[in-house]
Amino acid sequence: MSSKFYYTIWIALLCLTVITAAVSFVDLGRFNTVIALVIATFKALLVVLFFMHVKYTSEKLTKTVIVAAIFWLLLLLLLSMADYTTRLLA
Amino acid sequence: MATAAVVAEREHYLNKEYGIRSWLLTTDHKRIALLYLISITFFFFVGGFFALLIRLELLTPAGDLVQADTYNKLFSMHGQVMIFFFLIPSIPAVLGNFLVPLMIGAKDLAFPRINLLSWYLYMIAGLIYIHCIVTGGVDTGWTFYTPFSTAFSNTRVIEAGIAIFVAGFSSILTGLNFVVTIHRMRAPGMTWSRLPLFIWAHYATSIIQLLGTPVLAITLLLVVFERAFNLGIFDPTRGGDPLLFQHLFWFYSHPAVYIMILPAMAVESEVVACFTRKRIFGYNFVAMSSIAIAVFGFLVWAHHMFVAGISLYAALVFSILSYLVAVPSAIKVFNWTATMYKGSISFTTPMLYAFGFIGLFTMGGLTGLFLACLGIDVHVHDTYFIIAHFHYIMVGGAVMGYLGGLHFWWPKISGRMYPEAWGRLAAMLVFVGFNLTFFPQFILGYMGMPRRYWQYPPEFQVLNVLSTAGSTVLAVGYVLPMVYFLWSMRYGKIAEDNPWGAAGLEWKTSSPPPTFNFDEEPEVTWEAYNYEQIPAPAEVPVER
Amino acid sequence: MSDSPVAVEQHGPELLHHFVDAEQQRDAASLGMWLFLATEIMFFGGMFCAYLIYRFWYYNEFAAGSRSLDIWLGTINTAVLICSSLTVALGVRAAQMGKRKLLVILLLLTIVFGFAFLGIKGVEWYDKYKEHHIPGPSFNVDDLVKAYPQIHIDQQHEQIYFSLYFAMTGLHALHMIIGVGIFAFLTYYAWKRRYTPKYYTPIEMGGLYWHFVDIIWIYLFPLLYLIDRKPLR
Repeated sequence: MSSKFYYTIWIALLCLTVITAAVSFVDLGRFNTVIALVIATFKALLVVLFFMHVKYTSEKLTKTVIVAAIFWLLLLLLLSMADYTTRLLA
Repeated sequence: MATAAVVAEREHYLNKEYGIRSWLLTTDHKRIALLYLISITFFFFVGGFFALLIRLELLTPAGDLVQADTYNKLFSMHGQVMIFFFLIPSIPAVLGNFLVPLMIGAKDLAFPRINLLSWYLYMIAGLIYIHCIVTGGVDTGWTFYTPFSTAFSNTRVIEAGIAIFVAGFSSILTGLNFVVTIHRMRAPGMTWSRLPLFIWAHYATSIIQLLGTPVLAITLLLVVFERAFNLGIFDPTRGGDPLLFQHLFWFYSHPAVYIMILPAMAVESEVVACFTRKRIFGYNFVAMSSIAIAVFGFLVWAHHMFVAGISLYAALVFSILSYLVAVPSAIKVFNWTATMYKGSISFTTPMLYAFGFIGLFTMGGLTGLFLACLGIDVHVHDTYFIIAHFHYIMVGGAVMGYLGGLHFWWPKISGRMYPEAWGRLAAMLVFVGFNLTFFPQFILGYMGMPRRYWQYPPEFQVLNVLSTAGSTVLAVGYVLPMVYFLWSMRYGKIAEDNPWGAAGLEWKTSSPPPTFNFDEEPEVTWEAYNYEQIPAPAEVPVER
Repeated sequence: MSDSPVAVEQHGPELLHHFVDAEQQRDAASLGMWLFLATEIMFFGGMFCAYLIYRFWYYNEFAAGSRSLDIWLGTINTAVLICSSLTVALGVRAAQMGKRKLLVILLLLTIVFGFAFLGIKGVEWYDKYKEHHIPGPSFNVDDLVKAYPQIHIDQQHEQIYFSLYFAMTGLHALHMIIGVGIFAFLTYYAWKRRYTPKYYTPIEMGGLYWHFVDIIWIYLFPLLYLIDRKPLR
């Protein structure tokens, strides 16, 4: 990969950082959190796909490991929240 | 036929090098397996010693052997030692380490030095825990529930937490090694569908170790910080939630029970196939069930918390999921049983343990289904019913799987046969002793005897006495193999390469194997469990 | 078999004996590192779970605590880590191309950025110490209570926010320190000509670890610093 490409990703990441900080000062209600996490995820994707070369690997196993880990983390977070969000209902 | 003189000349992994350095600095997976064998046997007896004291105390209704606080320490340390220092490592670290490379045709695991590091982490953890025991122990229950563990217990919680934290990393590294090895180091021709089911089950176990254990690690770390720095994360008087601890703890500790049972199922598949001389019925189903157990096992943790204060809706969800997780285990039991149909069965020691496993695991598993039902769980939670349930699986299942596996592969590991008659006797003592110890506990629990109590109403005494009597028989059954395995290393009959006429690459190399496992890299052109191509041994090998 | 002269010729000393060839060794290392990163996701994940639940329960305290963090230092630190990820990626590329001197320079730059991050973090923690925001006997958030009269702030709940703040940034900083240590070794070995275009696996693996630690911070930044910075009425 050319070094120019890495610099492009770098600039993108820096811009996204500035954007995410700036947007937090704007009142968007619940969407502030959503946007912050969406931007963070996009930044993480840039790092994973391009800096960590996952986009260029032919190895499906690598992508499976990453997806599995994220899936397991979501299991922990979401199933726990199934308890916390319904405690006051019953 | 190999004579003693020829065996002594042939080089294998045991006689390749001598001296303590060649053992403590080894990277040979087979030697590391033996290092683990010695250490976990030690901890088995430590945990067993605590069990003995518990059963002695429970001979009489009054609390007259030890004080109440001491009793709390006994059951806590019995649980932690048995789970973290015996059961979790047992089959993977001993049999898995020894057999995974052999079964797939590799020279070693993917990361031999990390394998040795795993053992050292285990030993360091064990030493820290021993220090914890001798300097006061821990009394929080094996489960470290907060806020008792973080704010009120006066025992060495931090030390126990750190020990188990370190042991967790040993477990994670073992799992990592197995997954990479199975993916990357299979011999030519060893496709996924030709893998022994032992490998499939250990692969599934390793996934659980990798994804679950880190959560235990962070949870224990938070408990240690809370206790050390008085933080309040789990303190209800300061806005913390004790249930958060329980969610995080059980997220690991439920899948942990599958870490303990899947390897025993691994052994079961190999032993049943060999001593019925048939391919396991429904190979694909058994393989996929192992993976399903690993995945579903992560979806059910809050069934340990039904009466703890979680929402009713969450309880309903986890109850349904808990019923589902029984399905793949049941599939396996059906398949092992179906394998035996019209098979040519030999009642060798490993097979006796295999029979015991199927029956006792099924009972333990079915009583688990009772517990998945919310109404029943409310009645029997925190009673001896729960204790009986999990001991049926952990001891009736996992330990019998471990012992069966040790006997089955003993010739491969040591180059010697154990004495078959004594093996069968010990297996039967274990079976009888086990049932006498734990069946009464189902009744006690249903009748209302709470767990973790050091005294009880007099009407429960008869069943408790039966249980203690059973535990002494069980103890004899456990000590016997220790004795005759040691005896066999000197006086046992020399084993051939394949004394059982079993399928599997490990039986195609010598007993014991050479250091690099195979004289030539194997190339696999046959399916797993090709018993129709392997002649049965003329007779089941017996001592002399 | 592996002792025959032909076989020795075909691989260098870095090929470990139990592997069939260099490609198998590299593939094993790569899978091993990705699996390790998966375990790290679950390790940090436990704390993300605790964070999620307490933010759900104590949003006001989390918002106030978040406002008390210096957004400039947080943003600069995020930029520092992004720069370090760039130098790491360029470093792997330099190793691939056999450019030893460039590799060493990039690895050293990565370490410099790492220390910069840790230094700024230290400054932030010191600020928290001065403001009595470190959980423990001297914890006191009267300043926040006074600063935000519009929202009700419970001091105990606020302590939970700061406990998680220190636990999460502390664990992250520990991983940074380990990363700097690993890169110090890599720099040394790179200087000693250990890495060639045929064998630079440790650089790649170290790089994967470093990028992962960066990704953790990419999430920590909005979750800890940007909970609620809306102008208050």
